[in-house]
Amino acid sequence: MSETVFPLPLATERQDFREILRLVRPGARVLDVGCGEGELLALLRDEKGVDGRGLEIRAEQVSACIAKGIAAMQGDADRDLDEFPPKSFDYVILSQTLQAVQAPKAVLSALVRLANHAIVSFPNFGHWRVRTSLFVKGRMPDTPALPVPWYETPNIHLCTLADFVGLATELDLRIEACAALSANKPARLINPRSEVENWRAESVLFLLSRKRSDDPSPPAKFRPSPDAATRDLFQ
Amino acid sequence: MSLAPAPEANPADVSGVLRLDAPVKLDCGRTLSEVDIAYCTHGHLNADRSNAILICHALTADQYVAAANPATGRPGWWPRMVGPGKPFDTDKYFIIATNILGGCMGSTGPSSLDPATGLPYGLNFPVITLADMARAQAAFVKQLGVERLFCIAGGSMGGMQALEWVKAFPERVFSVVLLATAARHSAQNIAFHEVGRQAIMADPDWRAGAYALADVRPEKGLAVARMAAHITYLSEPALQRKFGRELQADGLSFGFDADFQVESYLRHQGAAFVDRFDANSYLYITRAMDYFDLAQSHGGRLADVFRGASAVRFCVISFSSDWLYPTAESRTIVRALNAAGAEASFVEIDSDKGHDAFLLDEPGMISAVRGFLSASARALGL
Repeated sequence: MSETVFPLPLATERQDFREILRLVRPGARVLDVGCGEGELLALLRDEKGVDGRGLEIRAEQVSACIAKGIAAMQGDADRDLDEFPPKSFDYVILSQTLQAVQAPKAVLSALVRLANHAIVSFPNFGHWRVRTSLFVKGRMPDTPALPVPWYETPNIHLCTLADFVGLATELDLRIEACAALSANKPARLINPRSEVENWRAESVLFLLSRKRSDDPSPPAKFRPSPDAATRDLFQ
Repeated sequence: MSLAPAPEANPADVSGVLRLDAPVKLDCGRTLSEVDIAYCTHGHLNADRSNAILICHALTADQYVAAANPATGRPGWWPRMVGPGKPFDTDKYFIIATNILGGCMGSTGPSSLDPATGLPYGLNFPVITLADMARAQAAFVKQLGVERLFCIAGGSMGGMQALEWVKAFPERVFSVVLLATAARHSAQNIAFHEVGRQAIMADPDWRAGAYALADVRPEKGLAVARMAAHITYLSEPALQRKFGRELQADGLSFGFDADFQVESYLRHQGAAFVDRFDANSYLYITRAMDYFDLAQSHGGRLADVFRGASAVRFCVISFSSDWLYPTAESRTIVRALNAAGAEASFVEIDSDKGHDAFLLDEPGMISAVRGFLSASARALGL
């Protein structure tokens, strides 16, 4: 097994969970890659009636999932996604994990093979705080989204919003929605190709699907909830 | 004969022997008639008969999973897992444990009397398989009045029986717990078993399996078989931690007594084993395990075996220091379950206790099995 280590969940409630909860269709089949102790899967189960499974590399966390009644499997995102047959799920979620895998491109390809939709969130390395830290101080960033020093961080493949859009394009993925996430602020739907957003967004979340789907059913349309502007999802 | 009393008339702990209604057809082509299955049950079968759990035992264990074993006077072999408030909660579930076909604790085996001759079977007992054991269990469970099991669980060879159930009767199983097990016996597994069998057969008291007629027992051979096997149930770190190079007495004897504590321990294991186990049963059961290869019937494609079981929920647990059925064997099972679309939970528990860890106090295993069963019970509406 490779030595990939997934990041520990942030001390505060993971800011992307609420947005993911909003995106996932009730009753869907969901695989959460890097599921930790199953916090997100428990929310999805309790609030959306989701049929969820988790993949997690650390044994204690997997035991914790199973003990909570969440179906989880010890495994490595870099190696074990191929175990599942194509389209085993409606959604595959990779929440704040992409930057920690060995082969993000291969993992991203695997995600859209396993499900019609992939939900991917990661810290944006193009955020102004990161750029300032590098440009002004010449130091690796120490920001709310990237709080771990370079020598201890599990993040080995950091990228910017623009970088990720480039990879999604190369893999011929459809970007169905993109939201900017910041601590203590509601999620904002953004244009992922906006240079300004690449400065502004601390963390981003994508809803992706295959462009050339052999699945005749149309992709679930992403609809911002009508009260998205007024509902603060993170407070 | 059917044993299906009203649940309220059913005492919480029952043990007995049930004669199967019909002969058992065996993989070898023979049919075994007048088959007895010795069993224990704990808890109560609910009104719609949906809360039954079958616990399958390992090579040398028995039906006394939670009750004192009358042969040894020792408590049941899985005290941390089975009982009121335990993961296999006898307040909530109806626990069934049977002695396997071929065993020596009351179920029909080589030490039983052959109805054709009135003498102990000995080597006239047919060579049986894990699938035969599952077939006999399935007949037993049906006779008990249970059509479908809420769960079937087993460690080691118990897991192999559970896998045979999943293959043969997937519609009769709702969930499965597999601990420290494999979907086939490896060359190394077969090799160790062969050492044990040769030790038994080299004992002059074995008498080509007919020792019962001569009123002797191949105790030395069986004890050596047990000693060799027992090493495979432990791990190097566990042996080191327990015994190191500690001596029995001060100084070396410069002879062949048990100088080292580990020698004395193994001799004790061997001696205690022959008091409770039959040598021919040991031959037959180890043979059945060596023949075990779940996917052989499907061209080696394990996922194809599980296609019929895609609605069954699985919890697979391995132990990091188990070199008898290492984690890779569990991963093979899990990979095939995923490919077949079955819901599989899997975790490798970090432990230095070797293969026997599944019998011991492993909090990670205990909490995982508890959670898995609770979630499965919720899913079934129990």
